[in-house]
Amino acid sequence: MADGPAALEAPVAEAAAGAPFVRVEGVSKKFGTFLAVDDVSFDIARGEIFSLLGGSGCGKTTLLRMLAGFEEPTKGRIHIDGRDVTDVPPYERPVNMMFQSYALFPHMSVEKNIAYGLKHEPLSRGERADRVAEMLELVQLQDYGGRKPHQISGGQRQRVALARALARAPKLLLLDEPLAALDKKLREHTQFELMSIQEQTGVTFIVVTHDQEEAMTLSSRMAVMEKGRIRQIGTATDIYEYPQNRFVADFIGSINLFEGQVRAVSGGVAQVEVEELGQVSVTAEGEVAAGQPVTLALRPEKLSLSRTEPEAQNRVAGTVESLAYFGKDSLYRIRLASGRVVSANAPNARRGGEGQWVADWEDDVWLSFAPSSAILLVE
Amino acid sequence: MAAITDPLEDEASRRRRLGRWFHRQGYMQGIIAIPYIWLVAWFLVPFLIIFAMSVATRTPTAPPFGFGGENPLLNWSHYERLFTDSLYIRAYLTSLVNAVAATALCLVIGYPIALGIARASRSWRSILLMLVILPFWTSFLLRVYAWIGLMGTNSWFNEMLTAVWNGLVPQAWELAYVPLMNTNAAVILVTIYSYLPFMILPLYANLERLDLTLDEAAMDLGSRPMRVFWDITLPQSVPGIIAGGMLVFIPACGEFIIPNLVGSASRPMIGAVINDEFAYARDWPMASTVAVALLFLLVVPLMVYTWAEQRAEDKARAREQEG
Repeated sequence: MADGPAALEAPVAEAAAGAPFVRVEGVSKKFGTFLAVDDVSFDIARGEIFSLLGGSGCGKTTLLRMLAGFEEPTKGRIHIDGRDVTDVPPYERPVNMMFQSYALFPHMSVEKNIAYGLKHEPLSRGERADRVAEMLELVQLQDYGGRKPHQISGGQRQRVALARALARAPKLLLLDEPLAALDKKLREHTQFELMSIQEQTGVTFIVVTHDQEEAMTLSSRMAVMEKGRIRQIGTATDIYEYPQNRFVADFIGSINLFEGQVRAVSGGVAQVEVEELGQVSVTAEGEVAAGQPVTLALRPEKLSLSRTEPEAQNRVAGTVESLAYFGKDSLYRIRLASGRVVSANAPNARRGGEGQWVADWEDDVWLSFAPSSAILLVE
Repeated sequence: MAAITDPLEDEASRRRRLGRWFHRQGYMQGIIAIPYIWLVAWFLVPFLIIFAMSVATRTPTAPPFGFGGENPLLNWSHYERLFTDSLYIRAYLTSLVNAVAATALCLVIGYPIALGIARASRSWRSILLMLVILPFWTSFLLRVYAWIGLMGTNSWFNEMLTAVWNGLVPQAWELAYVPLMNTNAAVILVTIYSYLPFMILPLYANLERLDLTLDEAAMDLGSRPMRVFWDITLPQSVPGIIAGGMLVFIPACGEFIIPNLVGSASRPMIGAVINDEFAYARDWPMASTVAVALLFLLVVPLMVYTWAEQRAEDKARAREQEG
């Protein structure tokens, strides 16, 4: 390794520049011939809630297990708080994990579970008891310390697991599908509780989840993964409004995708020829050139619905094939002249009736969208 | 009856319905009755016969015992002898000591083997389990005879042991051979060999089911692998240890063939005493008394354990209902 003055100065320089707290550098993991994680790199700042989002088998859990130290990377390095921990065993890492199954010790009481990690800290008996009491209070389980894990509810077990993982005041907390085992109502409540606990403790969180809504509400930034690779890293807004590729666009939320070809580019606006829509103008963010094949992505809520032909530049006629009424909004499936069915989401701002038009089954309608609402995907 | 099958009906509800039907028809009780009938016919009734014999009086008739007449109807004198004659007390003690030693050593040897098999890869597991069970394919008696050969004074095994012993001790203690045959140590050794699979199998069944995520969680919380074993694996395997311990301890206590073939005649175990009383002394009531006492010796600790377990469970449930 190239040790020397540079290596000594590096941490100082990094700290000054708001150095990354966690640095994952070109990490790959092979199981036999299967490449579970493929050359992944990212940085996480101190105090962030960072999500690894992806479907099953995308490598997110393997990545988390490598951060915890349960798996050894085949290639690449992992740094936590300026220290290379790639070869450090799990019991010596400043990292704790909350397991998807919670992994509470069934033969120990709630208190003993929380105190377990403190055995290895240089604490007196009293200090340890204080710390356990503090953690029980943090997760509001003061009256349950004497119970065994099978004597409390699923939501309480989840909080015990969180308290146990936080008891040692880790620098980094890893959460594997923290909310997956909870029912919907409890999940929403717990989500906000997790965020407030993160705020109180200031611990950096890395959350693995397959639930995009969970990732979007919980995290400051997220990485979307597919087949062992990171497809995009960014804030919820970045990922949703500015997806960089078809996979991310399609994975997050619902979206209409069209194949097309760029005809001309001028003044940051591309003219794109799409078979089903005709020629449309789209704000071009990246580098696109005339003649390039592209994918046009349109979120359902970015499409406006009208009975008469609108003034808008980008418009297309169709027929309402079906609609689903959700109360505050409705989802329309609209068949275009080309036969293509497009999803459009419209708020129910009016109640209908009394001359107020609301699109109904079989209505002929116009769809329109602003040039800046469409996403141009090159990849 | 209702429709033959509803395609929407799922497996679980079909099974529930089947269960209810069985119950209504009385089949459920019928099925449960089978083990009860078995136990009554082949355990309770024979036990009562043996118990009745134990309070009979020895007579020069055939069968050699009788009730009433000039004899007392219930003759408890054999039970008195049990506590006064040192032959019986010593035999019980020998049995207990041998069984405890064999059980403890089976645990010490069997636990790492069971853990090793449980943690081996899936394909290896079945091979290793096969190897554990393999000795059962040879006659038990043959295997004990093989040990007689091994322990004999001129065997390679004994010569090897002798060499090790002589290498370790001062010259004054050196031996021409290690006296193994017809000693109590031989009984313990062969008992361990014979019953080791009964320790390994229940332990394996228990260890194989343990959730390895718990080990990871303990390691994540700062415990080194050895510590993880003490804190997580060992406490969770207590049911397996108890099951294996019972399976070794109970038959080892009443073992008859092993002490008979390799043991010392001056330190009989309880099985030999029963046999001698029955076959040679023709004292059936005394033989029965020794057998009844052995049963109590084995069953009472088992019952105490079950009772304690039940009480702990009830307590936990009561606390649960409180909260």
